[in-house]
Amino acid sequence: MAPWLRKPNISASQRREMPAGLWAKCPRCKNLIYQKELERNLQVCPKCGYHHRLSAAVRIAITVDEGSFTEFDAGLTSVDPLGFSGYPEKLEEARRRTGRAEAAITGTGAVDGFRAVLVVLDFFFMGGSMGSVVGEKVTRAAESARQQRLPLITFSASGGARMQEGALSLMQLAKTSAAAARLHAEGLPFISVMSDPTTGGVTASFAFLGDVVVAEPGALIGFAGRRVIEQTIGRRLPEAFQTAEFCLEHGLIDMITPRDQLRAQLSRLLRFFGAPRAEVEATA
Amino acid sequence: MAADPRPTRLGPQQAAPAQPMPTTRLSAWEIVQLARHPQRPKAPEFIEHLIVDFTELHGDRLFRDDPALLAGFGWFEGQPVAVIGPYKGRDTKENLAHNFGMPNPEGYRKALRVMKLAEKFGRPVLSFIDTPAAYPGDDAEERGQAQAIAQNIAEMSALRVPIVVVITGEGGSGGALAMGVGDVVLMLENAIYTVIPPEGCAAILWRDAGRAQEAAEALRLTARDLRGLGIIDEIITEPEGGAQTDPDAAMLAAREAVGRHLGALAALPVETLLERRYQKYRIIGRQVERLSRAR
Repeated sequence: MAPWLRKPNISASQRREMPAGLWAKCPRCKNLIYQKELERNLQVCPKCGYHHRLSAAVRIAITVDEGSFTEFDAGLTSVDPLGFSGYPEKLEEARRRTGRAEAAITGTGAVDGFRAVLVVLDFFFMGGSMGSVVGEKVTRAAESARQQRLPLITFSASGGARMQEGALSLMQLAKTSAAAARLHAEGLPFISVMSDPTTGGVTASFAFLGDVVVAEPGALIGFAGRRVIEQTIGRRLPEAFQTAEFCLEHGLIDMITPRDQLRAQLSRLLRFFGAPRAEVEATA
Repeated sequence: MAADPRPTRLGPQQAAPAQPMPTTRLSAWEIVQLARHPQRPKAPEFIEHLIVDFTELHGDRLFRDDPALLAGFGWFEGQPVAVIGPYKGRDTKENLAHNFGMPNPEGYRKALRVMKLAEKFGRPVLSFIDTPAAYPGDDAEERGQAQAIAQNIAEMSALRVPIVVVITGEGGSGGALAMGVGDVVLMLENAIYTVIPPEGCAAILWRDAGRAQEAAEALRLTARDLRGLGIIDEIITEPEGGAQTDPDAAMLAAREAVGRHLGALAALPVETLLERRYQKYRIIGRQVERLSRAR
């Protein structure tokens, strides 16, 4: 059995981004890993293969060809549309902690020479939750892919819709899915990469609408939360429930690709689907 | 002029009932209770009263027939329409048989199959929504609950026939939206539509499901709130005290609103219809553009 087939039991506090110290402790195998080595290994534990969560900025850095990324809509900022108690403070805290305005980074970049529009959700910003701004950024990205005739690649890491924006968040499922549907109607490739975790409203909208759905090993992927399901059915769920491996077995995703092979996998898929290479476009 | 102040029913020239002045404004939590009231008319009753010769179609052709969701064809005011709606029961026995109106993926896929038939035959879709949620079961996850919902949302956004949605009771998050993307979204006065049930919201945010009343207010889940946010298009007036006090009056008001909107949508060329539907959702959201920080 491959080491990532077993889902580690990791508490929320352990799941935080690795501290900036010299050594990091793997939340699964508990081994101490030299921070530099973890970085070199794309934040995958060299001992047990555990895929650490990535910030959106790190994801972009390890995915796109160097210097090829141009960000869209970096200034798009959330407001507190419902006057929801505590929301402005949570937003401020997330901004301070991540140095980002919101839970998504979007833009164009090249992946192994293929120009594409990228959407990357950031779990470290309020659990990567989708409110108005994330929904708007995803939608603008999909529309931009359509206008530029480029493939769309989304990297999800999200607990789902953002409660603090109520039904406005729910409507982002409709907005982003409608934009994804338009890409399909025009024959443009859309590859959805799900990383740990991808749940709730993000799975129930654009993340499951990719032509191909790729997951990272061990990623939690599902619609309803484990506790809600356990309460509903009145029994405990197995550890492997709602993992990427579970989803692959049940036919819900196309493949599980370890992080160090992801760029090559995206490149292979884009070639199958006839996406233009950046060099070709430059001379056209 | 009749002395009876209540609108007469079933008159062929019946216009929209006048909006009664609300005597007392109910709290969000009181509205949640009304939306979930056991005697409240449910989607099957709306179908029974508004649709003539409703002919149910069964099964998703993939796994099984989901008893939690009704789908089929019938006549609305002399016009053939496709109809979908979750099956919330009137008593415990019915609720157990129909899974409390919580569809599994095969329910959403059955609804999609019927909507695609509607598209094929050029019939508008009428969707009545009253569901607590998509069923949160392990088997539902195995069969792709999220994928089924996502697909319905995407397909409904581009379905080439008019879609009129009526939220009659509970609009429970993605499980409701999977039947709820349309050209016009109507909502009964005491229905709710929410991203998460107030109990769940309180449990997650404050680790205390007992603060559900507070969450109900905070979530802005009433028809009036959602009208203000541009999420629904029109509020269907209910009789004083809620639809359960006079179901026929609620049905009549729903019939009038649905008929009026179906008529207006029928006049639109399909490309206009689709662009309008796209834009309807495209503009939902609240954000500000700040100058991006120099990098």
